[in-house]
Amino acid sequence: MDSLALPTCEPLIRFCGVALTLGGRRILDPIALDIGRGEFVCVVGPSGCGKTTLLRLIAGLYLPTEGQVLYGGKPVAGPRQDIAIVFQDYGKALLPWRTASGNVSLALEALGTPRAQRPARIAALLAKVGLAQHADKFPGQLSGGMQQRLQIARCLAQEPSVLLMDEPFGALDAMTRQALQDEVLGLAASSGATVFFVTHDLEEAIYLGDRVVALKPNPGRVADMFEVRLPRPRDQLATREHPEFLRLRRTLFDFIKEAEA
Amino acid sequence: MSGWRGLVVPLGVLAAAEVAALAAGLQSDSLARPSEIAAAAGVALVDGTILRATVQTLAAAGAGLAIGTSLGLALGILLGLFRTAGRLAEFSIEAFRPIPSVALIPIVLLIFGFGYRMEIAIVAFATFWPILILTQTAIAGIEPRLLEVSRALGFGLGRRVAKIVLPAALPRLFVAFRLAVGIALIVAVTVEITGNTLGLGYALMDAQQSLRPALMFALLLWVGLVGWGLNALLLWAQARLFGPAAMVEARP
Repeated sequence: MDSLALPTCEPLIRFCGVALTLGGRRILDPIALDIGRGEFVCVVGPSGCGKTTLLRLIAGLYLPTEGQVLYGGKPVAGPRQDIAIVFQDYGKALLPWRTASGNVSLALEALGTPRAQRPARIAALLAKVGLAQHADKFPGQLSGGMQQRLQIARCLAQEPSVLLMDEPFGALDAMTRQALQDEVLGLAASSGATVFFVTHDLEEAIYLGDRVVALKPNPGRVADMFEVRLPRPRDQLATREHPEFLRLRRTLFDFIKEAEA
Repeated sequence: MSGWRGLVVPLGVLAAAEVAALAAGLQSDSLARPSEIAAAAGVALVDGTILRATVQTLAAAGAGLAIGTSLGLALGILLGLFRTAGRLAEFSIEAFRPIPSVALIPIVLLIFGFGYRMEIAIVAFATFWPILILTQTAIAGIEPRLLEVSRALGFGLGRRVAKIVLPAALPRLFVAFRLAVGIALIVAVTVEITGNTLGLGYALMDAQQSLRPALMFALLLWVGLVGWGLNALLLWAQARLFGPAAMVEARP
């Protein structure tokens, strides 16, 4: 198969020879990568391969030492409000002194949403992630899955064009993880957002993505890309039993084993 | 009830002191019978001298505390947020901080003379350093992920401080403030004892020099009571604000 196929539409995000050196250490070798509008891209690779670094470069939290990250054709110079980040450590990314409503409100305050419009928006966002009953609870009173849903709701409040997700379900149990995978697929489909999803779970990457980007470490670089030609909507049972899913799973597992050897 | 049992020993000691002083026919310039102390306290409370002195001390301590706390807080936030500035300032802070605040009395006296301004200046100096250092540490200890969230949301410095930094550091800042309140009261009374003609410290010295030990002990007990009351008030506020059942509510 044409594993390096370019997305069909004009790229929303483009890495042009992006390299990063931090404190004299080469983190990323020059990277060329295009991400299309509305595409769901998953990034996998052994630890230390720069998955999160790529995400932070799109977010504008890091600036490349060589090359440029282009967003809509313009270089990324810093964080922007239409790019939202879901962090893995939801417990640290939520404000413990604010209720669920208050945490969603933070994003609306950042956007400058008028105070009068906030309650309705917050209620709608919490309902979207199934937290309508928990609006007045503090993060510490919510389960891990609910906290991560809350962080997703806060990100959706930004009405982002791009959703960056950094191993968002890595700390959750298997059942919760599957439920959240399907919710994220639904949210991505309904909002049309471009999703850049970092994970160390190969099956999760295949299950969610339109494309899986595999990185290699020391220094981080793109090793390979895999188109995921699986029908949507995805289904936890049918998709995972699909011959193409199993074929990709084998290919990716072999790749990772080789990369880590 | 167990509350009254705690009073057995102090009341017993007071009664014993009273009896012993009566039996010995105590006539002293430095000691007084408990009943005399109580009577002196009653008189001073009724004629308003204690209350006037208390208001003076609390006003000077409060004003100095307000100045020292706001300056220490502002600089502490800056030095905590901008690590480079923090490192640059470290030497200067460590050079000035160990100066005992009361050692400034002579020079501040030259500048301001006796009165509120001199006392306020010294209280401000004394409270500035602990607030500065504890604020800096509290800010540096904020979960870095929270600061990243605020960056990703595009908050500028002002809103980052107001919405993330201050609320996140508030419990620790409150502990620093409690410490500073205690320091403010100690320093204010000390300045008054060393010569400023204001407040409870001066009233104490006045009672001592006019050989009225009963009033002196009454004032001493009162100063202790004021300190205890302030601390109890702050502890109550702290439990209310940061207790597990009542976390700080933010209006959405």
